[in-house]
Amino acid sequence: MIKLKQLESELTQVTKFREPKVQLEQYPTTAHLAASMLYTAATTYEDIEDASVVDLGVGCGMLTCASGILGAAYNVGVDVDPEALEQARDNCDRFELDADLVNLDVQELVVPADDDEHGFRLTQRLSADTVVMNPPFGTKSNKGIDMVFLQAAAGIAERAIYSLHKTSTRDFILRKAQSWGLKGEVVAELRYNIEASYKFHKKKSVDVEVDFLRFEVE
Amino acid sequence: MRLITHNMLQCHVKGCTTNNFPLQIQDAELETLEAEFNPGFVQRLIPKLHWGALYHTAVSLGIEDLPEQMPEEVTEDLLRAIHKVALETRVKEGKAVCLGCGHVYPISNGIPNMLLQDNEV
Ligand SMILES: [Zn+2]
Repeated sequence: MIKLKQLESELTQVTKFREPKVQLEQYPTTAHLAASMLYTAATTYEDIEDASVVDLGVGCGMLTCASGILGAAYNVGVDVDPEALEQARDNCDRFELDADLVNLDVQELVVPADDDEHGFRLTQRLSADTVVMNPPFGTKSNKGIDMVFLQAAAGIAERAIYSLHKTSTRDFILRKAQSWGLKGEVVAELRYNIEASYKFHKKKSVDVEVDFLRFEVE
Repeated sequence: MRLITHNMLQCHVKGCTTNNFPLQIQDAELETLEAEFNPGFVQRLIPKLHWGALYHTAVSLGIEDLPEQMPEEVTEDLLRAIHKVALETRVKEGKAVCLGCGHVYPISNGIPNMLLQDNEV
């Protein structure tokens, strides 16, 4: 398998969002972060190679490119933003990766269901061994969107979910996840550097404390 | 979009619950791209596929490689046929149409547009 350093260096070729959209919280996943996440998933847990992998909120395709390079047998990226998907397509082509891309709103994937033991179900038949994602953290206008992504992931993944969430919400997330049949653990604590991509950020960049979480499907 | 992905998508317009799967592919521009054959992966994929949907979709696109009934014995020939149909055949342009409510999901540059209007959610 490719070495971590080499993976990260390959991933620096992935082009970032041309014009990030504020309402979608399109913070690009850095090559360093994507390489660390997917390399851990592939080597420590063996959840990538020969596996099917769904990327929720694929954006410009950083995690999916990493997954493809690490030998996933089948990659699907889902995103609400068609422009991001076009870019993800270009980035996958750059590595000659065969990822399928679907223009779908993750928030439309999850609906309440009284007859379900966890209280929700998916509107699609998507299933995969592994889900990887860097969901929106959720701001005032779309509070809780990170949990909708996690619900969608719980409905799709048969083995494991790899995700990034604000450290400040860790206990809440682990508890919720457990109620959906997911056993969560903190793989690493990170400082996520949000570049000043948006005009309303006064500072040059903002550091957010973020957990890299792995959820095992029970 | 490869046919394996088509096998996992259905109409999700609010209230559309009968005949909403599989979506019928129309006006398709197909493309076959060779992919690495991974027999172990295909074998694990079989129980997850909706066989009837895959078979009928393939036939509607003029692909006759699959048996109508999923055979009990899994041979290498079968694995190769599934690989070819589900993982190498892709819809580049066209539309996926719901036979329940008639909703049309366009497919452009290989990407199906599954977004709904506000009043359809
Ligand atoms: Zn329908």
